[in-house]
Amino acid sequence: MAKNLKNGKSIGSMLIGLFRQQIFIPIAALMILVIFNLIADPSFFKITMGQNNAGDPILSGYLVTILNNASELAILAIGMTLVTAASGGQDISVGATIAIAGSVILRILCGAAGPRPETMQAPIFVAFLVACVVTMLFGAFNGALVAYFKIQPMVATLIMFTAGRSIAAWINNNQLPVIKDVSFGYFGNYIPGIPVPTPVFIAILCMIIIALVLKFTNLGLYVQAVGINSHSSRLNGLNPELIKFVTYVIMGLCVAVAGLIKVSRISTINYSVIAKDIEMDAILAVALGGNALGGGKFSMTASILGAYVIQFLTTTLYKFEVPSDALPAYKAIVVIILVVMSAPIVREKMGKLWKKIAPKKAVKEA
Amino acid sequence: MTNKNPLKKKVGISDTNLLLVITIAVFLVMYISAVLFLGSGFTKPQTFFNILNDNAALIILSCGMSIVMITGGIDISVGTLTALVCMSCAVHLDYQGGSVLTAMLLALGIGVAFGLVQGYLVAYLEIQPFIVSLAGMFFAKGMTTIVNSTQFNVAHEGFKALKAIRIYVPFMGAVNKKGVYVPAYIEPGVVVALLLVVLLFVLLKWSKTGRNFYAVGGNLNSATMLGINVKRTKFIAHMLCSTLAGIGGFVYFMHVGSGSVSHAAGAEMNAIASSIIGGTMLSGGVGNIAGTFFGVLSLSTIKNIVSSLGLDEAWWTNITVAAMICLFLLVQSLVLLRKNKKK
Repeated sequence: MAKNLKNGKSIGSMLIGLFRQQIFIPIAALMILVIFNLIADPSFFKITMGQNNAGDPILSGYLVTILNNASELAILAIGMTLVTAASGGQDISVGATIAIAGSVILRILCGAAGPRPETMQAPIFVAFLVACVVTMLFGAFNGALVAYFKIQPMVATLIMFTAGRSIAAWINNNQLPVIKDVSFGYFGNYIPGIPVPTPVFIAILCMIIIALVLKFTNLGLYVQAVGINSHSSRLNGLNPELIKFVTYVIMGLCVAVAGLIKVSRISTINYSVIAKDIEMDAILAVALGGNALGGGKFSMTASILGAYVIQFLTTTLYKFEVPSDALPAYKAIVVIILVVMSAPIVREKMGKLWKKIAPKKAVKEA
Repeated sequence: MTNKNPLKKKVGISDTNLLLVITIAVFLVMYISAVLFLGSGFTKPQTFFNILNDNAALIILSCGMSIVMITGGIDISVGTLTALVCMSCAVHLDYQGGSVLTAMLLALGIGVAFGLVQGYLVAYLEIQPFIVSLAGMFFAKGMTTIVNSTQFNVAHEGFKALKAIRIYVPFMGAVNKKGVYVPAYIEPGVVVALLLVVLLFVLLKWSKTGRNFYAVGGNLNSATMLGINVKRTKFIAHMLCSTLAGIGGFVYFMHVGSGSVSHAAGAEMNAIASSIIGGTMLSGGVGNIAGTFFGVLSLSTIKNIVSSLGLDEAWWTNITVAAMICLFLLVQSLVLLRKNKKK
């Protein structure tokens, strides 16, 4: 917020500077949504302290809902950004592999005690680790097809997209396990005594980890190098295949985390519905972040912001009582407007128009 | 074609033919082994015709998808567009007192409208086709619910008559258990689909527009240097795809005779899978409509085989289909990698 206030003072020069930056698109989209909500109904931003059924204090309000529900999407956006940047394509199997991750977690927790055990048969940590390994293996499968067999990412991940939910159902023999233990729900809901939903912390933790990784390792640089030109990156001594492969494995890890949150929210799983269409939202988050879907340079911050923009939009539409089935139509219109606005050709033309309208002023200030 | 003109060999057209041969061979092997080992059901010609009947719409959608994929794009909106066409036509016929002819025009109009917008956004504003058609998919999905949110069967008399039309195929019938001769039939949608396949095959193979698709998908820069209007070519491809989705939507509507939000769910992925099995490559420049046709047939044959093997658990179909896509991809990838090494 402070950043935007500063922009207000010297709007001409800052606007032009900001306009050229990648992060401008998600920020602008967010601002438009915020302003729209401020005008339509300022109570949108009200946060109240309430109590849940167990009598613990919790924060409630639309903003908390947005932060809470966008967690999985933000985590997936991290992996999707890397995959997109390195391989120039998208992983459309994440929704299906989330189903697998959730299924594996529940399977381990149920153990041999049938689908509705009174107590958990294994520590949650172990179940999560197993799910991580499994989804990373599936990530490795996708990565191997893309990197070593040179199959286009969307087509390669189409395999898991088709089979994923079936495999998830297969793992649990098509039963619907229910975990009754309260502590399993901590990851998707609230830890008693802490009024902020846990997924928010998990998402922040993931962001910190990826920020540190990008800061202190060469992963970001290598990924961009491979994405821009894999041939010349090879000439510079990189191994483009391995780097592409690694991004898919990282994607697998993100999927496992998102899967844990998803199943923890409801303590059970519905194979055909869980995380449905989340892959499309994750790709949209990357695109809204202004990242080229053809690979190359990326901005992680912009992608994550994009994820929150999408959730902000969804929650706004829900608030105005748009039926959930009709939601996609409105979403589509907003997406088209945003994407058209951010298209290089349109931006160029708009930039020219801007110069014509404010010819001297803007140039002087700049 | 390939032998007559040695120049074309190097451009990559032979890839197209090679992959086409693989596809047809696999389909034949699969079907013949089904006939040999599974017997009963597959020996009847009607089984084959039923595959056609059930997949007439998918064939049309896949043809459109292949064209877009050949130009290097993608269109994931066709599935939900089909649902939108079904629902709009159903509402038009039952609640607005429309006739069959106006319903057809409506279906076509929806397709053309989608094509115009998506084509313009992709070709002239240079937005990634994936994102454009993603928005198109969301839009069609939402619009279907807005048009009407409940499933209902169409009661319109004229349409019911159209839906009941059967075209009997001579000499292909079979005698059933009671000893009564049951003639084999196909639905009118199949005729439409086959006509379109032939038409598009000719278009892609011999017309200037068709060759432009390959040129644009193969190498954008060379296509520009050859003086091909790249933007218009891309526009036409997306336009064709959405228009075909409109026609396919009506064919689907004729097959099911109802409007529902969940109609043709996942058809876009089936269409992409069929195109891939048929030897079209998502990277563009390689593909064949005939291959796509066999791709659809292979996809539904494998589904039939799985269900007739008695693997009733729902997951087997999907896992087998995925395994098959995987197999085809690996074969294609290996064939092309080896070829490139030889060069």
